[in-house]
Amino acid sequence: MLSPEKTLDTYYLEARRDLLEVAAMLDRYDEAVKRVGSKADDESKKNSLLDAMKILAESDHPAANRTEQLLIHFAKIS
Amino acid sequence: MQIIQPHYHAIARTAQDYERMAMSGVVAVCEPAFWAGFDRRHPETFIDYFAQISEFEPTRAAEFGIRHYCWVAVNPKEAENPELTQEVLRQMPEFLEKPTCLGVGETGLHKSTQNEIDSLQAHVELAMKYDQLVLIHTPHLADKAHGTKTVLEVLAGMDVNPDKIWIDHVEEQTIKSVLDAGYWAGMTLYPVTKCSPRRSVDILEKYSTERLLVNSSADWGPSDPFTLQESIVEFRRRGHSLQEAVEIYHNNPCRFLGQNPKWDIKPITISEE
Repeated sequence: MLSPEKTLDTYYLEARRDLLEVAAMLDRYDEAVKRVGSKADDESKKNSLLDAMKILAESDHPAANRTEQLLIHFAKIS
Repeated sequence: MQIIQPHYHAIARTAQDYERMAMSGVVAVCEPAFWAGFDRRHPETFIDYFAQISEFEPTRAAEFGIRHYCWVAVNPKEAENPELTQEVLRQMPEFLEKPTCLGVGETGLHKSTQNEIDSLQAHVELAMKYDQLVLIHTPHLADKAHGTKTVLEVLAGMDVNPDKIWIDHVEEQTIKSVLDAGYWAGMTLYPVTKCSPRRSVDILEKYSTERLLVNSSADWGPSDPFTLQESIVEFRRRGHSLQEAVEIYHNNPCRFLGQNPKWDIKPITISEE
């Protein structure tokens, strides 16, 4: 099992990359809206991602179950 | 589709790379001088390294029908040894005359120290003196924005031709300043630490593609030469034409590198019957 410090050191850069991909995907959506001149008729997928990030942004998760919470959250989107 | 890998550290890779690249359409790779993973102590080590990338490596690539070109420089990570840097610079003109050497690179900044800045200036001065192309490395991760700004400030104080300078490893926070200053910009696609294939296509769609180069990552660390093909697939799946892809992944390298007459691969046009 990894120590707290080793956990951050090992996975920080990969998590950074994954967050950048999410940021880029949202930028891509905004650029598409700008180009086309209108939003998607159904923005629930985008809103679901933004809500998921609110869950992640809570600093304390005593049960260490962020993944489980996100899976339940994403299950609301078909 | 014919593809050019503008930034590829072949000596750190196996022949399997060449074989797979050839099968995927790569027709040429360009190998900038790189850090060896440890600080070299002797100028002679660089000289042997330059001989390896300018004499031996083209023969290894040719086994797979791939053209191999190189660049020579002292990597910024080794600029903290000014005596070594000066001695290598003194011997570099011999290699600039090699038939496959395209210019001076990769020089640039790593931690943006004064020694690195002095080395960058000396490399650029040498390149301008011998009318060579220049490939400039910008720092990784947290140092990138500051290091890129410093590179631009250093170049602004020198008598340079921006057409002949390629500033590499740009990302979303640095590309605009590089293009606005008139230089060529390169994106380097890494599995984790730099730009990604999808983000590279976002950047291609957002900015003019006239002075943009796309590189894969291919060195002795975690890297993947096929991130370039991933970028091409992403570009095409978004509806861009084959010719538009050719312009970016083949013709742009030809336009920049073709400023050196040793580069004889010409831009191509896909004809439709």
